[in-house]
Amino acid sequence: MEKVIEVQHLSKSFGSHEVLKDIDFSVNKGEVVSIIGSSGSGKSTLLRCINLLEKPTNGKIIYNGENILDDKHDIYAYRTKLGMVFQQFNLFDNHDVINNCTVGQIKVLKRSKEEAEEVALRYLKNVGMENYIHAKPRQLSGGQKQRVAIARALSMEPDVMLFDEPTSALDPEMVGEVLRVMKDLAETGLTMLIVTHEMGFAREVSDRVVFMDQGVIAEQGHPEEIFNNPRQERTREFLKRILKDV
Amino acid sequence: MSLESIIKVAVDNWPMFVRGAGMTLLISIVGTIIGLVIGLLVGIVRTIPIPDKGGKRVLLNIANKLLSVYIEFFRGTPMIVQSMVIYYGTAQAFGVQLNRIGAAIFIVSINTGAYMSEIVRGGIISIDKGQFEAAQAVGMTHVQTMMNVILPQVIRNILPATGNEFVINIKDTSVLNVISVTELFFQTKSIAGATFSFFEPYFIASIIYLIMTYTITRILRAAEKRFEGPANYIMAGNQMQVERL
Repeated sequence: MEKVIEVQHLSKSFGSHEVLKDIDFSVNKGEVVSIIGSSGSGKSTLLRCINLLEKPTNGKIIYNGENILDDKHDIYAYRTKLGMVFQQFNLFDNHDVINNCTVGQIKVLKRSKEEAEEVALRYLKNVGMENYIHAKPRQLSGGQKQRVAIARALSMEPDVMLFDEPTSALDPEMVGEVLRVMKDLAETGLTMLIVTHEMGFAREVSDRVVFMDQGVIAEQGHPEEIFNNPRQERTREFLKRILKDV
Repeated sequence: MSLESIIKVAVDNWPMFVRGAGMTLLISIVGTIIGLVIGLLVGIVRTIPIPDKGGKRVLLNIANKLLSVYIEFFRGTPMIVQSMVIYYGTAQAFGVQLNRIGAAIFIVSINTGAYMSEIVRGGIISIDKGQFEAAQAVGMTHVQTMMNVILPQVIRNILPATGNEFVINIKDTSVLNVISVTELFFQTKSIAGATFSFFEPYFIASIIYLIMTYTITRILRAAEKRFEGPANYIMAGNQMQVERL
């Protein structure tokens, strides 16, 4: 299978605190990978290192056969290939819904306004937000914001979508609408890397589940394997703890 | 010292008052706008992420030092002294005769720029980190992030402070009379000197200053409201709703 992104010996420290320890990890084309683990296990940091919102301390990130951590590599072009969805949505507060989805296309990808709006509208329809194109972010609910944020990321037509706990900041009744959109996306064959606390969703949608603990990948495999038959003691502990709460 | 005498002075000298007020407005409007632009540019430069090593790091550090010196100097010295140094000082030291109005606008601009730089810095700090990250995540460079996402929000947030600077400028241009700029205070002084009356001209000048500052304050308040917009979004579900909007 073709690897879209490959991480080799990646480590990240904040001061003397080592958050990621020598991680080897890759995502294949068309694959949906969920990363689970307790808070502070490094799963969000791994995602943020992959699109260079955090600068890795050591290691390589291979994309299209090139190490993008080389000084000469164009990180701006690389980032357009990764769509990022944040826990806090982070819609551009000064732009309305449609401009949130077009500003990147126009300024970074240099698309024409007409083309950008056409693309944006297509993805806004996909997430069911086409009736809100002139709304400002502060006029929307959390679930609506997150769906716009997903459309914004898709509008750049990335190779991989990264989701950083996309439902953690939402009211319980809005979690469903966002997960439904993500499930639809997964079925289109899009490559997705999802950091999540939604175990049911991870189990149902993922091709592979990665369990992280204390800065390392403790275990990974098919969701049924991880959830029904975890090999590691700490995976069992984690699942017991988190599934008991639900 | 009666109402009649005030009206008489106003009627006799209105062209000078109007010209003075016009000059005051011109200098403070242009000065505030240029000052705001300087503040925004300084804001862009000072928030460039400094790389770990290399020549760019050295350059950026030098630029930041120079900008700090600029801000400290113009915030830390009186505008009246700066005016003397820049206008008469350059004439004497370098033999350069500056255009009076040009010099006046220059002084007010760089002065306002120094204050605005700090106001803009505060404005940038107050923007949520997520806005920067989201812009970076779609592949924007620092300048693109600033121009398309951050500064539009900063400008909206610092509008009240900018209005404040504007009002201060309208009043503080009066110190430019020391370099004989024909703004409102200078004109009033001339009228007082010619008529040997002091209360009436200066009273009229104070009213004109008040009208200018009050008007500016109201206009800016209205602009803030416009920026704010409605809190709720009415979904454009069908044609009739759209028409009602």
